[in-house]
Amino acid sequence: MKKWIALLTILPAIGSLTVVNRIEPYVFGLPFIVFWSTLWLILTSVCLITCNFIYDRKEQNK
Amino acid sequence: MNSSIIIISLTLIFAIYLGVRAKKGREMKLEQWAVAERNFGSIIMFVLMAGEMFSTFVFLGASGGAYRMGGPTIYVFCALTYVIPFWILPPIWRYAKEHNLITQSDFFAKKYNSQGLGLLVAAIGVISIIPYIVLQLKGFQIIVSEASYGMIPPKIAVWIGLIAVTIFVYISGIHGSAWTAVLKDILMITVILFMGFYLPQHYYGGIKPMFEALDKAKPGFLLIPDKGLSISWYVSICMTIALGQYMWPHCFGASLSSKNETALRKNTAILPLYQIVLVFILFIGFTAVLQIPNLQGTATDLALFKIAKASLPPWFVGVIGAAGLLAALIPCSLLILTAATLLSKNIYKQIKPDTPDKKLAKITRTLVPIIAIVSLIFTFYGGNTMVALLTMAYSFVLQLFPPLAFSLMRKNPVSKIGASIGMIAGVSIVAYQTLAGTTMATMFPRAPHLIQDLDIGVVAITVNTIVMLAVSLFTKKAVAVQKEPISQTGNL
Repeated sequence: MKKWIALLTILPAIGSLTVVNRIEPYVFGLPFIVFWSTLWLILTSVCLITCNFIYDRKEQNK
Repeated sequence: MNSSIIIISLTLIFAIYLGVRAKKGREMKLEQWAVAERNFGSIIMFVLMAGEMFSTFVFLGASGGAYRMGGPTIYVFCALTYVIPFWILPPIWRYAKEHNLITQSDFFAKKYNSQGLGLLVAAIGVISIIPYIVLQLKGFQIIVSEASYGMIPPKIAVWIGLIAVTIFVYISGIHGSAWTAVLKDILMITVILFMGFYLPQHYYGGIKPMFEALDKAKPGFLLIPDKGLSISWYVSICMTIALGQYMWPHCFGASLSSKNETALRKNTAILPLYQIVLVFILFIGFTAVLQIPNLQGTATDLALFKIAKASLPPWFVGVIGAAGLLAALIPCSLLILTAATLLSKNIYKQIKPDTPDKKLAKITRTLVPIIAIVSLIFTFYGGNTMVALLTMAYSFVLQLFPPLAFSLMRKNPVSKIGASIGMIAGVSIVAYQTLAGTTMATMFPRAPHLIQDLDIGVVAITVNTIVMLAVSLFTKKAVAVQKEPISQTGNL
């Protein structure tokens, strides 16, 4: 059940699009919407690498 | 202008050399040929997986998309795309290794213990792959004739390219794709990063001034609009890509060639970072909007070449052409390899189960030139039907996701009949919509834009899942009752 509740986190992610769909402010020369979607590439990678790290540690402790 | 032809030719020869050399004294049994006996390490897996990301679509389509659609093109680098494979690829790999599976169809057949389901999956796979190969070849035509300043005729270019691919796929199998993919990635990244920085700098004095000028000239162009390519469209297309990407039989198959699951997990974790390269492709398309105005329809796919020719020397256009050529040929090689394996192992062998392994390996390789020729015929004479087929193909492979996802659960609630009927329902919806030319908007004219703008793949996959679960509810019980009538009544 917990897993399914976790899926609900996607709702604010979609909702936030209405707020970030804007040009100003420019960040690193990018319109905000472009910056935002690029930022998430980096954040996703960081999250997955962390997941991977935790997973490896669990495997070792087994 | 000759300099560009020389660079393109040298690259092609070098790629063939790398592809053929990749065999390196290996005996090409089917498992070696198709999944390298599951022996690829992290780095080669990374190039292979990333290689699927940078096809001609990205090279021509993404820059052209930025030119044509503006802001909504950010869908090409959706962060979600590699979250799904991060979770599903390791268990798939583990299961495939345990049972010695080498194709996607094998996987479904084994999981659902049904050869019929395997056949259905193989058929969906092959039907989706052919238009995808054709798209790569069409891209290849454009790239070579543009980069050679029209000196190499498109038809001859396709023949040469296809012969090259056939040679190294026939000889080295997936080893050939992997080795040439290394060369391709180095070239592509160099070219894209350079142009992404240089072009805005050259025309506007930087990336920010380029965006400001564009926003001033075309207000709203850089944003996701309220309807049409709206947020609802954006979310649904991102889901289609994220769930569907690794349902492509060649992506699925290539991931089985990994040495271990750690390599797969590590790679999918890093791949989102690699997608940043795609942001630079958008810069190229955006720069072209005001500099090369008036490109219409399919000509927008030429945006990258038009602006490159307008501002860069011929030898560099040759380098771009070389990178683009590889971007078409490497995915093509994987696609042909996968189609050949599906046809021989999952379709031919099902019809003639007593085929010995050695003969099967031979048949698979013989299929390589045949598939190449069939694709060539479609490329020359397919016309617009191919474009329609390709839009369908993306949504077709997506229909494989629900039965796959459920099969990974500890207790799979889906029966093989449920899975089959669900997939057929999903595929039919997509086929009907594409062939009848309807969209969600024409089918539901009164629905809010939130619904109208949805990508058809997402609609079909929803129906698919509902049908699948509903049918499974009945069929699973029926099967169980037949098998163990006593314990079943006990459970009731």
